[in-house]
Amino acid sequence: MNKNVMVIGGGPCGLEASAQLHKMGYNVILIEKEKQLGGHLAKWDRLFPEGIEAKEVLQPLVDNINGVKYFLDTEVVSINLLDKEYNVILSNGITVLSKAVLMTSGFDLFPAEKKEEYGYGIYDRVITNADLEKFFATGKDPRVVENPKRIGFVHCVGSRDEKAGNRYCSKVCCATAVKQACEMKALFPDAEIFCFYMDLRMFGRGYEDMYLKAQKDYGIRFIRGRVSEVSETLEKQVLVKAEDTLSGKPLKVTLDLLVLMAGMQNAKSGIRIGEMISMKRSDDGFFTTKGSILSLQECDKAGIFYAGACTGPKTLPDTLNEARAAAVSIHNYFNKEN
Amino acid sequence: MDFGYSLSPSSRIDLDLFDRNRFNTLAEIEPDVLKCMACGSCTATCTAGKYAKNSLRSAILYLQNGQDKQALEYLKPCMLCGKCFMVCPRGINTRHLILSILKIYNNAK
Repeated sequence: MNKNVMVIGGGPCGLEASAQLHKMGYNVILIEKEKQLGGHLAKWDRLFPEGIEAKEVLQPLVDNINGVKYFLDTEVVSINLLDKEYNVILSNGITVLSKAVLMTSGFDLFPAEKKEEYGYGIYDRVITNADLEKFFATGKDPRVVENPKRIGFVHCVGSRDEKAGNRYCSKVCCATAVKQACEMKALFPDAEIFCFYMDLRMFGRGYEDMYLKAQKDYGIRFIRGRVSEVSETLEKQVLVKAEDTLSGKPLKVTLDLLVLMAGMQNAKSGIRIGEMISMKRSDDGFFTTKGSILSLQECDKAGIFYAGACTGPKTLPDTLNEARAAAVSIHNYFNKEN
Repeated sequence: MDFGYSLSPSSRIDLDLFDRNRFNTLAEIEPDVLKCMACGSCTATCTAGKYAKNSLRSAILYLQNGQDKQALEYLKPCMLCGKCFMVCPRGINTRHLILSILKIYNNAK
């Protein structure tokens, strides 16, 4: 029997899993739908909590897949089970027979324009967390005015929001907002910066320190209350309304820039593949794992494995650990069968 | 003249009107004021709080919202016993902070 393993998705998770499986002697075939490897990480500038450059993390991951067969700009056309192997037909005409398929299809950012009341795509001064990362990387975005005096960050955009279709917490946006708020203060020292949050979820190592630093060293003002609506002034600024729930009073502030912290949802491209062989998904839209504690990398369909954000919002370190765990799970699966 | 009705002033917080100068002066002397995470330990343990409107947490919040008068209201009954200093999880020297607030905001009136 061949030792093919099909890995779907060339973000950090797919890269790490491929490298590990390759080292273990498997014949890995990695596919990526975009023209470059790296997924969202390739579009990010810096990472919390220390502010390490994203490329410093991505480059070694890419270097490590040396020897792995990978195809860019390639999607799954069809996938079905033939006896004990999955027959995967790719858009580049290649067909792979593989006993194990690893889904590292990741997440999509919540489309912020769906929260119409925040005015993304309507008002000139409203951008998303992803737009801001691009701005940090390139220094260019016509929506960021030259010397913004007041900047706001809205947490939980498309997260913890049943009406938006996502009841869950996206986990990484709190820390991202605090990181980005500090970066903006460093870029624009005269600006006043506000973060509108419901709960600050600073669960990871070093996150609480980052939050404390944001308050003490960067003077970021944290206002507990969800932004209810945003409108545009004649000067093209944005007027934000929220309740300061700590004092129980309505609050308004006019801003030069508003950043929406778009959350995570299961990637459409992954869902499309999942539907071809009826991989189960839970109420939150993410793939259902075989167990919720002991077998997080497995699907209830033998031979299908998961790693990363296709089974729920995850930080980058979480994702990389899952990639390694999935490699071990796949190795055990092959050993059990042979 | 009594027309039989009255207008109540807006209680909305308007951060556009907030003059940050005084707050910045305070933050320079007492950088720890920025560290408050609104946990409420100070207010919960306050010896005066049971009997009067006394809350350092609220006072800090009102100062951050530019509502100085209300902020001072929340510190009036304070007897400077310093019990809040012992419970603050972020180690803010609350007693010192209260004295600085009173000094800066009372003098500037």
